[in-house]
Amino acid sequence: MWGRMSLDSIGSDPVLAVEDLRTVFHTGEGTVHAVNGVSFSVREGELLGVVGESGSGKSVTMMSLMKLLPMPPGEIVSGSVRFDGRDLTKIPDKELRDIRGGQIGFVFQDPMTSLNPVFNVGFQIMEPLRIHLGLSKREARDRAVELLELVGIPDARKRLSDYPHQFSGGMRQRVMIAIALACDPKVLIADEPTTALDVTIQAQILELIKKLRQELGMAIIWITHDLGVVAGIADRVLVMYGGQIVEHAPVSELYANPQHPYTRALLETLPSMDEDRTERLASISGQPPSLTKPLTSCPFAPRCAHAMAGCLVENPALVSVGENHDVACLWDPATGGVR
Amino acid sequence: MTETLLKVENLTKHFPIYSGIFRRQSGTVKAVDGISFEIQRGETLGLVGESGCGKSTAGRTILRLYDATAGRILFDGQDIAALSGDELRNARPRMQMIFQDPQACLNPRMTVGSIIAEPLTEHGNLRAADRQTKVRELLDAVGLNPNFANRYPHEFSGGQRQRIGIARALALEPDFIVCDEPIAALDVSIQAQVVNLLEDLQEKLGLTYLFISHDLSMVRHICDRVAVMYLGRVMELAPRELLYNTPKHPYTQALLSAVPIPKPEIEASRQRIILTGDVPSPANPPSGCVFRTRCSKATEICASAVPEPRDLGGGQITACHHAE
Repeated sequence: MWGRMSLDSIGSDPVLAVEDLRTVFHTGEGTVHAVNGVSFSVREGELLGVVGESGSGKSVTMMSLMKLLPMPPGEIVSGSVRFDGRDLTKIPDKELRDIRGGQIGFVFQDPMTSLNPVFNVGFQIMEPLRIHLGLSKREARDRAVELLELVGIPDARKRLSDYPHQFSGGMRQRVMIAIALACDPKVLIADEPTTALDVTIQAQILELIKKLRQELGMAIIWITHDLGVVAGIADRVLVMYGGQIVEHAPVSELYANPQHPYTRALLETLPSMDEDRTERLASISGQPPSLTKPLTSCPFAPRCAHAMAGCLVENPALVSVGENHDVACLWDPATGGVR
Repeated sequence: MTETLLKVENLTKHFPIYSGIFRRQSGTVKAVDGISFEIQRGETLGLVGESGCGKSTAGRTILRLYDATAGRILFDGQDIAALSGDELRNARPRMQMIFQDPQACLNPRMTVGSIIAEPLTEHGNLRAADRQTKVRELLDAVGLNPNFANRYPHEFSGGQRQRIGIARALALEPDFIVCDEPIAALDVSIQAQVVNLLEDLQEKLGLTYLFISHDLSMVRHICDRVAVMYLGRVMELAPRELLYNTPKHPYTQALLSAVPIPKPEIEASRQRIILTGDVPSPANPPSGCVFRTRCSKATEICASAVPEPRDLGGGQITACHHAE
């Protein structure tokens, strides 16, 4: 299986472990409970896919890890983030700044807004190298050329002096990836990195990520709403809804044997590229929850075809339903009754 | 299904580039460069391609939101490109548009009721009370509560706003609607709702759609025929099944192979055609076949001659020297 790492090369110890993370936003209209007790870990060399719709809390979770949220209005109410023997929620901002962009790299969705338009890309790639690794200007420049070559930008040395607007969308995203990889991070967090790109350019970036993973062996957290992208690159997948994880499984298990009604519905609503066309798309009625109150019932219950009386009085916790497969739901698809 | 509602012939839209201190014209962006197709009444034609290929410009030029540089747009036998003044204004109600961003296309200071009633005030001669009844009917038709007419757009979610945009497009009972990326800004679970609504309305009202999208799997679901555009030209136009099962143009093949399939076992063994590089600038497109700079099959003839669209059987029209 080209591109996928063999399981041996995935380490056994988690590089990053998140425990019961809760983030709220204090707004004029009340408190929004954006992340409601999220726990997960990612191991060396592993690619963890995080899937969910807008407002499901996937981006806020990752921003909370690194305290990249504006605080206030944001507040991390509880939880721990273990990385490199430390709890990132407890360490001082100065130490955190060393980790951000250094040992943990970020790639954001829109490369036009995350690159600074008034500096050339050479400066922007060299900046983390000089700050985090203390390289001299000349060393940093050589390393920047290597990085641009690594992510497949032709004529790298010449392009260092170009500005972001002189690059196309796909090339800009490659520059972003080069910056994120600059300090050889242990964890790379990519937040919808291909969503703004065309499919043919997305295919280029996905091939690049598969190649870089094999060469560099870092852990990658890949946030997306596209179940097709996840199917191609992830080892394990978290499905988020209403600010919590509703299902977690290895990628092949998740697609072959989805347990949560939300996961099942998401897979059913996708029009197929390779099977007979259905007359009508399955759809999920209703809207995602607004999260202005703490969750006391299952957030998906109002839209769920299998909701039972119990779903409205308790918010089901994640339970194990197989090897590495957890689901937060009372309904059992095998029996059609209570789990 | 045999009556042709819209026939586009050699439609061209060039935008001038001005530069220098005297703002002299220094070039042209060939956004749409001679495209031709027909749409039958009640049919949905998909228009797909990467960003910048001219698909939105084509849609807007057909509605005369832009004036065509050349070519004819025969709508029910009438050349829209040649109309002006009152004639054009009278033709407009029959052709409407649904936009991509439901946030940007609704005026935040108008109530939903007045947004939907605006085309009725402009083009209809209904009395105020009848307009209100009509607005309520339209809201009901798109699956919104008619009592929401007094609310403002910000009180609605993305999917609901798109329904408001659809209600507005339906207000003048059009025959033809250009849907410009109507689901691109919506969440996956909401996309299916909107697509089902569009299909229901088509069946009920006999609408004809030009469905512009970059989502190839959704286009496969909703469209009867599909046109693939690249740098302002149509590379391939074929009935849905032929295009997806046996794509003949190298660009269509690459585009289809780039779409991720939500099945890990298929993704693991899939052979992708990865196109290298980016789309060339439409201000300076390659000579001959515009796709040749990224095409693996390109030969000398591709640089010297523009490939004529050929029917390869079953209505699969391909503009490639090497397609068989």
